Amino acid sequence: MIGPIYVMWLRQIKRYTRSKSRMIGSFAQPILFLLAFGFGFGPIYQKAGGGDYIQFLAPGIIAMSTLFTAMFTGIEVIWDRRFGFLKETLVAPVPRIQIMIGRTLGGATVAFAHGILVAIIAMFVGFKITNPMNIPLALLFLFLIALLFTALGTAVASKLEDMQAFPLIMNFLIMPIFFLSGALFPLNGLPKAIEIFTKINPLTYGVNGLRATLTGGVQTGLMMNLGVMIVVTIVIGLIGSYMFSKIEI
Amino acid sequence: MPRKNLNKELAIKVENLSKKFGDFTAVDNISFQVKQGEMFAFLGPNGAVKTTTIKMLTTLLNQTKGLMRVYGHDPQTDKNLVRNNFGIVFQDQSLDDELTAYENMEFHAVLYHVEKEERKKRIESLLKFVSLWDRKNDLVKTFSGGMRRRLEIARGLIHRPKILFLDEPTIGLDPQTRIHMWEYIKKLNKEENMTVFFTTHYMEEAEKYADRLAIIDSGKIITQGFVNEIIKSTKTNSLEEAFLKLTGKSIRDESAKSIDRMRMGRKV
Repeated sequence: MIGPIYVMWLRQIKRYTRSKSRMIGSFAQPILFLLAFGFGFGPIYQKAGGGDYIQFLAPGIIAMSTLFTAMFTGIEVIWDRRFGFLKETLVAPVPRIQIMIGRTLGGATVAFAHGILVAIIAMFVGFKITNPMNIPLALLFLFLIALLFTALGTAVASKLEDMQAFPLIMNFLIMPIFFLSGALFPLNGLPKAIEIFTKINPLTYGVNGLRATLTGGVQTGLMMNLGVMIVVTIVIGLIGSYMFSKIEI
Repeated sequence: MPRKNLNKELAIKVENLSKKFGDFTAVDNISFQVKQGEMFAFLGPNGAVKTTTIKMLTTLLNQTKGLMRVYGHDPQTDKNLVRNNFGIVFQDQSLDDELTAYENMEFHAVLYHVEKEERKKRIESLLKFVSLWDRKNDLVKTFSGGMRRRLEIARGLIHRPKILFLDEPTIGLDPQTRIHMWEYIKKLNKEENMTVFFTTHYMEEAEKYADRLAIIDSGKIITQGFVNEIIKSTKTNSLEEAFLKLTGKSIRDESAKSIDRMRMGRKV
């Protein structure tokens, strides 16, 4: 059982580390966001009494880069369908749940590592981790974000046969999840409809958790954030496994 | 060709099988059986029938109607049990471009539970067999079409399934490689009593290597039986002549592509 899961995991890692352009591209974006938003909105944020904007923004950007990498590796199912490799794995004498677990863990590992590297980059821009004791908990939040959104990407991609749907996923799923998670701005005083969306958006809890553990902000509700992340990850994981097991080619 | 002593066990049993994509009937009420140890050819002009049938038998696609059994198991409900029994070389590409030839072989062997020592031996001998051993550490995306094809075949032969599906395995290969490959498969068939179910457009391959065959046109089986019986009953001299007599000389569209489009339109 370990063998198949391991090779599917290894495959995701190898594909990622071999694609240099993809790696460079995926680091350019968080750096751009950190610099543009960090220095662009920093003074306004400070004037409004929010304090150091980089401290606020960095956990959000770490979550963002993990979200993007996780969703993209999940969505790779569409590529594998297009280039044929998917059917090679789907006819193997291995329960599809193992294929799905291996793929998802591989994608999540890549996204998780990506988030850590972005955190290190953020420190060069002035981000400070205030309580190093909380780092293990922060890593747990980061890994849950990686796992949840890789599974979500896999679930969505299991239903799609073509990359033409990619802009839809980008604009109707990934972007709203990112913008309305509190990654860029505090979620206070929003219109009711948007506030509801932020409440059902799982990334909100991930960003809250990351921010609380890394910068020692609001500690209340930390366990609630963690609980929500764990439950949602399990639920999405089960849905993803089901969708993946039902793929027809 | 002398008839072999075929085991009584049925490798494949198909009864009144149909598959529709929307209004289009790709497979129309077909029935056939393949015995354990047999080499069975599935022939027909271009169209979606052959590949669609193989996809259904190999658990990739659910049927619309009818009954299928692969070694007694239902590909629609007992997918894992069916998957334990077969190997397959697909008609179109199914390699991972971003992995090396060796990694493609190795990952496949792990997925098919080939033991580590055995794995190394078989991968080396098969890569040498298809003359790709020198290129084993190169990414597949640098390979030509013929090299990819050879790798696909080598990969399909790493494990020893009870039944091997070959969907136009020799397409795009030179005659030397084709003969080379068929002799190897024939050997596995004889020595390991491996059942082989294959499609091909080369009639001389079917004539030479198949024990029995079925000819399909427009979704239906128009004849099936032993190769020499079919040649005799059509009063022709070769399988190619028999095939043309039975299926006519008009050229078929490659309708698989339009079906793919239909399915996409339906699902997205």
